[in-house]
Amino acid sequence: MKRVDRYLLARVDLPDSHTLAVYRAHGGYQALEQVLRKPWKPEQVTQVVKDSALRGRGGAGFLTGLKWSFMPDPAKDPRPRYLAINADESEPGTCKDRVLMERDPHGLIEGCLVSAYAMRASTVYIYVRGEYRVSYARLQAAIDEAREAGLVGRRILGSDFSCEIWMHPGAGAYICGEETGLMESLEGKRGHPRPKPPFPAASGLWRSPTTVNNVETIFNVPFLVLRGADWFKALGTKGSTGNFLCGISGHVERPGVYELPFGVTAREILEQCAGGVWKGRRLKAFFPGGSSTGLLPASSVDVVMDHDSVKAAGSMFGTAAMIVLDETASIAQLMEVTLRFYDHESCGQCSQCREGTEWLHQIFRRIVRGQGRMQDLDLLVSLANGMAPAKTICALADAAAIPTLSAVKHFRAELEQCVRLGRDPLATATAQSPEHHEAHA
Amino acid sequence: MNPVSLHPVSPNPASRKPVSLTIDGRAVTVPAGTSVLLAAQSAGIDVPHLCHDPRVEPIGACRLCSVKVEGARGLVAACGQQVAPGMVVTSEDPELAERRRHVLELLLSEHHASCANCDRSGDCRLQDYAYRYQADPHRFGVYVPKHTAPNYTALDQGILYDADKCIRCGLCVKYCETVQMAEALTFTWRADRLVVSTPGDVPLRETDCEFCGGCIRVCPTGAMLDRGAAHHGRAADLKKVRTTCAYCGVGCQVDLYVDPHKNRIVRASAEPGATVNDGNLCVKGHFGFEFVGSPARLRQPLIRRDGELQPASWDEALALIAERLGGIRQRHGADALAFVSSARCTNEENYLLQKIARAVVGTNNVDNCATSCHAPSVAGLAESFGSGAMTNSTVEIRDCKVLFLIGANPTEAHPIFGLEMKRALRAGAKLIVCDPRRTWMAKHADLHLQHRPGTDNLLLNAMMRCILDEGLADLAFVEARCEGFAEFRQNLEGFSIERAAAECGVDAELLRAAARLYAKGQPSAIYYTLGITEHACGTDNVKNVANLAMLCGQIGKWASGVNPLRGQNNVQGACDMGAMPHKLPGYQNWSDAAVRTRFEQAWQSPLPQSAGLRIPMMIRGAGQGTLKALYVMGQDLVATEPNQSDVVEELQALEFLVVQEIFLTETAKLAHVVLPGAAFAEKDGTFACSERRLQLVRKAVEPPGEAKADWEILLLVAAALGKPMAYRNPAQVYDELASLAPVFGGISHRRIEAHHGLQWPCPDSHHPGTRFLHEGRFTRGKGRFHAIAHTPPREEPTPEFPLILSTGRTLYNYNCGSMTRKTAVIDAKDPGNFVEIHRDTAKHYGIEPDEKVAVRTARGRVTGRAVVGERVRPDTIWMPFHFAEESANLVTNDVFDPVTATAEYKCCAAVLEKLPQGG
Ligand SMILES: Cc1cc2nc3c(=O)[nH]c(=O)nc-3n(C[C@H](O)[C@H](O)[C@H](O)COP(=O)(O)O)c2cc1C
Ligand code: SF4
Ligand code: SF4
Ligand code: SF4
Ligand code: FES
Repeated sequence: MKRVDRYLLARVDLPDSHTLAVYRAHGGYQALEQVLRKPWKPEQVTQVVKDSALRGRGGAGFLTGLKWSFMPDPAKDPRPRYLAINADESEPGTCKDRVLMERDPHGLIEGCLVSAYAMRASTVYIYVRGEYRVSYARLQAAIDEAREAGLVGRRILGSDFSCEIWMHPGAGAYICGEETGLMESLEGKRGHPRPKPPFPAASGLWRSPTTVNNVETIFNVPFLVLRGADWFKALGTKGSTGNFLCGISGHVERPGVYELPFGVTAREILEQCAGGVWKGRRLKAFFPGGSSTGLLPASSVDVVMDHDSVKAAGSMFGTAAMIVLDETASIAQLMEVTLRFYDHESCGQCSQCREGTEWLHQIFRRIVRGQGRMQDLDLLVSLANGMAPAKTICALADAAAIPTLSAVKHFRAELEQCVRLGRDPLATATAQSPEHHEAHA
Repeated sequence: MNPVSLHPVSPNPASRKPVSLTIDGRAVTVPAGTSVLLAAQSAGIDVPHLCHDPRVEPIGACRLCSVKVEGARGLVAACGQQVAPGMVVTSEDPELAERRRHVLELLLSEHHASCANCDRSGDCRLQDYAYRYQADPHRFGVYVPKHTAPNYTALDQGILYDADKCIRCGLCVKYCETVQMAEALTFTWRADRLVVSTPGDVPLRETDCEFCGGCIRVCPTGAMLDRGAAHHGRAADLKKVRTTCAYCGVGCQVDLYVDPHKNRIVRASAEPGATVNDGNLCVKGHFGFEFVGSPARLRQPLIRRDGELQPASWDEALALIAERLGGIRQRHGADALAFVSSARCTNEENYLLQKIARAVVGTNNVDNCATSCHAPSVAGLAESFGSGAMTNSTVEIRDCKVLFLIGANPTEAHPIFGLEMKRALRAGAKLIVCDPRRTWMAKHADLHLQHRPGTDNLLLNAMMRCILDEGLADLAFVEARCEGFAEFRQNLEGFSIERAAAECGVDAELLRAAARLYAKGQPSAIYYTLGITEHACGTDNVKNVANLAMLCGQIGKWASGVNPLRGQNNVQGACDMGAMPHKLPGYQNWSDAAVRTRFEQAWQSPLPQSAGLRIPMMIRGAGQGTLKALYVMGQDLVATEPNQSDVVEELQALEFLVVQEIFLTETAKLAHVVLPGAAFAEKDGTFACSERRLQLVRKAVEPPGEAKADWEILLLVAAALGKPMAYRNPAQVYDELASLAPVFGGISHRRIEAHHGLQWPCPDSHHPGTRFLHEGRFTRGKGRFHAIAHTPPREEPTPEFPLILSTGRTLYNYNCGSMTRKTAVIDAKDPGNFVEIHRDTAKHYGIEPDEKVAVRTARGRVTGRAVVGERVRPDTIWMPFHFAEESANLVTNDVFDPVTATAEYKCCAAVLEKLPQGG
């Protein structure tokens, strides 16, 4: 693996990296100054983002510049415009945004301001996962500091650009990270995702044009302004540009968040960053991009980590949250835990998701407990096919169905064996006892 | 691809664009904005759907309606997708059927499928689709009911929610939140534990639930039921009768579900898409029919013997009526008799009563309760425009861009008009509310002008002054279409906006903002009710409202005009039918020679020569001894006329009082003969609602005991008085009316049925009826401006009576409460009299919330529970008039509008009294 030119995490290890002084001392708010002082036209900022081919880091990998360009022309549409930052980071395995918010909050704020300028939004909401108390406090302190310094609020840096940034804590629901659920929640309602269309750019927060972006996505924007699209494109692969943050967890020696350019392989991340599978064991399987992406067997470990390659390998790049399982792990138990999560977190609107996650969970549970039936494997596939792709209001149903399908595909033999034996030889003792895990009930 | 917006298709045919697409190989053309689902429905293709309702924004939850659209990624939910030109849709194929079966099996996996004993069996979309797609309810095992704990409806008298039957389609929650805008329901929990509840799981009654019953009506399964109807019959066991609601003037179409064996109305519902109410109902329409089967109904005629009302036969009662009325007529002349007709009764009955008065007895002394409410509208708008009715239709409200409400509280008094206004608001309309009270509409208004009661003309004049000053008047319209402008303008010259604003107690800038917003609306419309009319200057107020509309050219267009929202189900009809002293049916002048000849020929009887009396004059005449006999049909004069104690004395002075009623009302208790009439659900006929639409009233159940339909009673009375009338049914009565009154010339029961109602004017049998009035030309030719001066209320606060008392209606009860208060749901929610008092005023009098207080005026004293808050101004208190035992009308002022004799119910001087508390 070649040396990584770190920019996302360049400041996080500095002492007091979360303060305005340290941020300024290391080039902070220069992108904002450049945009406002020169001044750039808002479209110019959008153009750089488009040229860079930056893809969203929230999971779907949608082209950010393209998304911004869906915002209606303010000359023709007088409604207020909003930028909402998705900092709800609740996907099992994903913990990258937290590092940025806790250790470089001004970087996110500058990103928000420059992006809001590009979209002519004068209000930004940052929706922070409820459990992220430190992130929330650091961001709030940074916003206060920035406002004090004339960087947030009315007539920023003496220009005509005014922008407010508001914080909003989540209340412990994964579904509020889905962009339309997030908007409902911001409006003070239950986090029930909205049917799309209308897309947020047409009718988002309070029925006004809105863009929702992930923390890491927005964090990239000031660098694009300062260093240009070509620099960015040179970092990654053709379809996936720039660096990304990879949070690697599970059965590894050194779990953590690493900054890497697109194009590294999963093996390089596992071995060179995370120190390989723990306890000298062998790799059994891994989720390349969080629990919502297809489970890949050990044989896929040389997959190149970019959107197209991971897709070709039968999974998704997702949020690059690699979850690693060693040879002792039980697939049935892994899936029972995973589906328990989705069953707990489904908002419950869509028929297939509400009931589907419930049945997927129950079926994996009975397999772990040795009460599975042979036809359960086909039932899993049929349930999952009823849920995905794109058969429900939001992608949570897909997030539950996709790992299910991949687990059955790659580990059918292991699951069948559990059924045949009437027990799961790999599962931990607690998972097999019926008393276990009404945890969420 | 475009989503379905909130109100995709305007009801205005002129503003629709056709779009053509292909569904299942069939070419379909629908207005732009239609959803794929509705487009398919219009072509007779039933795309299965559980969470779709045309009134609710797409929910997209059940996923049953998913269809294939060429070029789209994945399946498309047909309910949430707008049609596009050239779109190619497949709504059904084996793959989709398999998907649907799968979804249904999942739904059934959490459903207590007990169709054998379910109220909705046979009328349940889940059951229908499960059958259609042969879904196996037990594919995932047998569902064991798990929601056994009491839920938010456990103690409720209206609604019964069974979570084990709930498929979480979300329709009830969305309806409550976005259509009714009550936000009483919510989902609680997540995933498979998701259930419908209230915020905090409190009992429904403690929420803002308005008991509109919408959640019950939208529910596709047996999860949400009318508690009172549960286990009293499935759809197939009951007979459905479409009729017209008997409460307010909106004219909702209600489906009564009747158990024919028990002669009992089991429940009520309404159908989305049906005119006027689009399937919406208020608490009264949904729950308020219990009075029909009440044991308190009159079941046989009563005659006063030895001072007591005692049961009698029809023959005895009719013979006595003939003898006494005939005798009085002979001795004192026809004008010693008078008739009070009823806005509650059908058009045909009103027609017959005024015909009896004029052609049998020979007097113009016939009136109806419009005198106590909207007579000023009838009179004022007739002078300004030439016809005294709502100029626009209910469906047009949703296209209005600026709603100007003055003295109207539609969400309570006319809930379905309120609902249509909410629909307009959701589509972005601006709202101006002029009201001394902070009503629901006022709270949601862009501008709320909280003026002092009785200063309406100051307010309107100041607004018009501002409109003229700022050049916002539509002078081209004024020039081309109106007259009397110079004088009107001159009257405003002397008007200072600042001074008027100060007297109204409204900020002058707010007043200007309202003037601008209204003048510039594209379009604007005015809606008003009794806050305008129930004043001693009611007719002036109405004319001034008309002035405002003409000044801005906001009339004679789709969704733009002047709209008095009529109070009672058929008050429009009672006036249409000539049940008033100065007009013959169809607003024709009894003094016009040609008209007289026509009627005299048809009725084969000379018409009376002298002018007739209005209700207050009748009552006064009774007290003074000039009026000897009174025949009252379906009107409780004692409970509804102002200054109640005097009314009782005056009626007692009559030689003979006949009351035709369904209950022994306070007025009936004074009668010499009481005739048992039929409730709306027990007879055929027509009502005319506020939007001038004639709609059918259909018999659903038999009247109790010997009670008879009121038209039958009137025929018996006519015959007893020696002039039999040969009508076999109400339709024939209507035909006679149509032949005599040109505005109704093209209307008949048959055509009303075929057209789902017809709006007058409808001059001939090919005419489709008239949506809005005064297009291109006012009924009277030119619109007439009137110079209106400010007349202060007759009774201004004094040191002894320092407060202004205003009265009005609540959502739950209706008029004197004789019908609504017999309904358990309503009585639980709105059980007794109350007085709204401003926080500061309450503090001044040392009054605590909820304590019992007294209100005293120069005429009397009533008590009620103190409702302390900020709904009223500090100088004002407010009381409903529904409660006979604490009647507000014991204290209201019996001063009247000089033109129409409408009483000043809306303001008088009063004082609050703190009562000794304890016990
Ligand atoms: C169930 C669910 C949960 C999600 N949670 C998150 C989240 O926590 N953070 C996030 O950035 N995106 C999340 N997303 C993705 C968002 O919907 C959205 O795509 C993203 O915020 C867009 O940002 P981007 O374009 O910058 O990636 C979630 C999606 C789903 C379906
Ligand atoms: S897919 Fe699941 S989480 Fe998403 S809206 Fe539907 S029920 Fe809710
Ligand atoms: S709600 Fe419908 S499907 Fe369910 S038990 Fe009743 S009739 Fe059967
Ligand atoms: S009660 Fe009826 S309308 Fe409400 S969510 Fe359940 S099934 Fe739907
Ligand atoms: S009817 Fe369209 S998703 Fe339910």
